[in-house]
Amino acid sequence: MPAPKRAKTSTWATKSGLAQMLKGGVIMDVVNPAEAKIAQEAGAVAVMALERVPFDIRRDGGVARMSDPDMIKGIQAAVSIPVMAKARIGHEIEARILEALDVDYIDESEVLTPADDRYHLNKHGFKVPFLCGCKNLGEALRRINEGAAMMRTKGEAGTGNIVEAVRHIRTVTEEIAALKGQSEKRLRAAAKEMRVPYELVKLTVKAGRLPVVNFVAGGIATPADAALSMWLGADGVFVGSGIFKAENPAKTAAAIVQATTHWKNAAILAEVSAGLGEAMKGIEMRTIPESERLSNRGW
Amino acid sequence: MNASPIAAGSTVAKRRTPPIIGVLAVQGDFAEHLRMLETLGAEGREVRLPADLDGVDGLILPGGESTAMRKLLDRWDLVKPIKALAKRGAPILGTCAGAILLATKIADGDEPVLSLLDVEVRRNAFGRQLESFETSLVMEGLGNDGRSRTIQAVFIRAPEIVKVGPSARAVATLEDGRIVAARQGRILGIAFHPEITGETGVHRWLVTEALAAAL
Repeated sequence: MPAPKRAKTSTWATKSGLAQMLKGGVIMDVVNPAEAKIAQEAGAVAVMALERVPFDIRRDGGVARMSDPDMIKGIQAAVSIPVMAKARIGHEIEARILEALDVDYIDESEVLTPADDRYHLNKHGFKVPFLCGCKNLGEALRRINEGAAMMRTKGEAGTGNIVEAVRHIRTVTEEIAALKGQSEKRLRAAAKEMRVPYELVKLTVKAGRLPVVNFVAGGIATPADAALSMWLGADGVFVGSGIFKAENPAKTAAAIVQATTHWKNAAILAEVSAGLGEAMKGIEMRTIPESERLSNRGW
Repeated sequence: MNASPIAAGSTVAKRRTPPIIGVLAVQGDFAEHLRMLETLGAEGREVRLPADLDGVDGLILPGGESTAMRKLLDRWDLVKPIKALAKRGAPILGTCAGAILLATKIADGDEPVLSLLDVEVRRNAFGRQLESFETSLVMEGLGNDGRSRTIQAVFIRAPEIVKVGPSARAVATLEDGRIVAARQGRILGIAFHPEITGETGVHRWLVTEALAAAL
């Protein structure tokens, strides 16, 4: 039975609130119902339904688009945890289709090929909540200003290399810290430079963090990578190719869930990291030219 | 909103140390619950392992994903010590996923987890995220005198209490009569999230009960 008649749906509290419930958890990329079940069984707090994991998107090339609605429906039917799906940056209609499919969150994602090189979506105009990627504070606040109710730092998806993820979460944290204690004049100048309202900058500085839940994504391949992300201030983690490109996906997934909860406890991290088999084969950043880096998409 | 310490001026406030309230921190919005406890002058403590429960006067099971939380409770043997805590009379509050963990029955197949609250719950009873909602409702036992009060409540992919057994009592319902909170002695399960609206009444109840139980 749906919400009661006089209740208000799709408010800021419900949109940002779902992300709050996902904190301390792991959201896993899955490409079919069987993988979604493995993710749920491992303790994932949500799954991201997509046609190919970023590693394969990178390998295959071509244009990456929204997934087949049948595939998304199949995953929704297979699990009881939230199901998210990706729309191309600026693709209003893909997002409307995903909203009609009743997904729990839409990721306006640079992992897919952007549809608009000037505008990200006006996410306030949707009932469904959105999450977006960022690699610095300005990008994060522009997306939040457009209506994103959750953020993730981008990292470099599909590489199994944590270095970009570390760079991006550090950048956001350092840029917020640098604004702390600054005069109103300086904050107004920063807001102008970042092209966001002063009030949003003020709110962020006062909170000492992004005003919405922020996960780390893009390159997490091991339990230790997940714990490192938490140590750097992540509210939770996205794991894409790192699970189903590993030798033992179910075991790796469960271990990453444990590591995200117990990130402060090195003894537990040692225990859950043991005997997982081979992690996904990573990609060294120097071998990926700037033009092929997914994190450079979006602005 | 009254941010003063719990039950100031009453006899329970004479205990010198504030009560220690554990907050299950395996996953979910435990930070929001810890913040609520802080505004009430209680000491919050993150609980991830059984040893974290030593010496707590009460416990909160936060919102989150109940399937993930259940796995983490099982993996680290937290079920038994939480049940023992309840047996000693310590109050336990479960919000949303936390209420699912407390229930004696879960509709549609899942095994119960803690079985401390005599209710049957249905997960995601209102639908997916687009049916998440905000509303005001009347909840029993929240005022300073323990009377009913109207509060603002946020429901996120929320469960519903479909049946209240003889040992428990419904303490909040929606306008259409669906039950969204139930209490059994010092065990309280609610389908919504006072920790994200800043509604302090529910946490105040918990802290007061923790002080009473510790005396």
